[in-house]
Formats: sequence, structure tokens, C-alpha cells
Amino acid sequence: MQLARVIGTVVATVKNESLVGRTLLVVQTLNKDLEPIGKPSVAVDSVGAGVGELVFWCRGKEASFPFKREDTPTDCTIIGIVDSDAHVTC
Amino acid sequence: MIIARVLGNIVATKKNKRYENARVMLCQQLTPEGDETAYTVLALDAVDAGVGDTVLIVQEGWSASTVATGKPGAAIDSAIVGVIDHIDLLGQERAQ
Repeated sequence: MQLARVIGTVVATVKNESLVGRTLLVVQTLNKDLEPIGKPSVAVDSVGAGVGELVFWCRGKEASFPFKREDTPTDCTIIGIVDSDAHVTC
Repeated sequence: MIIARVLGNIVATKKNKRYENARVMLCQQLTPEGDETAYTVLALDAVDAGVGDTVLIVQEGWSASTVATGKPGAAIDSAIVGVIDHIDLLGQERAQ
């Protein structure tokens, strides 16, 4: 799992029917100092995250487990919202 | 599996329900020589690791879910499965 900041939303009218009703968000992965690292990617939301929030996401096959597994094609899912930037201690 | 150092942890009230009662640790990957890399990762703690510990992280979802929550099939891709005492590398020893 990785820390990330939600930096945008994605609107896709034409999509696989299994993604209907899912929120797609643009996430920028962060390092331990909460600085951007790597390129932004698109994640499916499972916890109700919003733009600007600090979140963490899960990669790979396990990313589809919060949903009915075979139903949602995703390799990147937001699975938690960090309470605040100060709640990352290191 | 990767070698990493535990830097700290995060607090998230709103999260996937399989993360209840789990500790989410912020870790930084190390080289076998013990040097820090730029890669940081969040991993669920399955061994009561502490800040500063050098640990072993499994990055395969089935194993990570099972070891961290007791059963497979959760949205978990990384778990701490061991605390490394030392690594021997071709004659040279890198202490923790």
C-alpha cells in the first residue's frame, strides 16, 4: 500500500458496465515526507475519499477485493483515508 | 520479499473494515547492504515490529492478507512478516 494525495476526479461516460457507479479519482503517490513521487495514477474509491485528502491505496489483484471480486476491474483502489497529515508519524 | 526499515505508522479512522485493529506501518526499503532507497511503502504489521526495526515485508496479497488478518482475500498487498537480526553478504556482515 502507498500514501497518496487525491488530486482530481475522472469522468468517463463510456466505461465497462462493472465500473458504473464507481468513483474514479486521480491520486499522486507520496513519499515519507509527503512529497510527490512518480507519476499520478487513477484509482477506484472504496471509502468515500475526496479531492485534497490524504489516502492510502492498494495495488494489484487485491485492489478489487473491497468490491464483489470478479466484478470490478481495478489494480489501484483507495482503501483508507488518513485522518490528517499529522497522523503520519516517522 | 523486501528488506525495509520501519519509519512510523499512520492513523486512519475511515478505512476498509479488514484493517480494523491492524497497525499500518510506514516503511522504507533498504538495500541488502542497509542503504536507504527512495521506495516507501505501507505494510500491515504481523509481528509487533517497532519503529527503527529492520523488517521483512511480503508483497503478495494472499500471503499478506492471511498473515496480517488471519484469513485471505482482503485489500492488503504488503505485510511485515519478520524482524531481521542481521544479513550476511559474501563474508561481510551488516548488523541491524
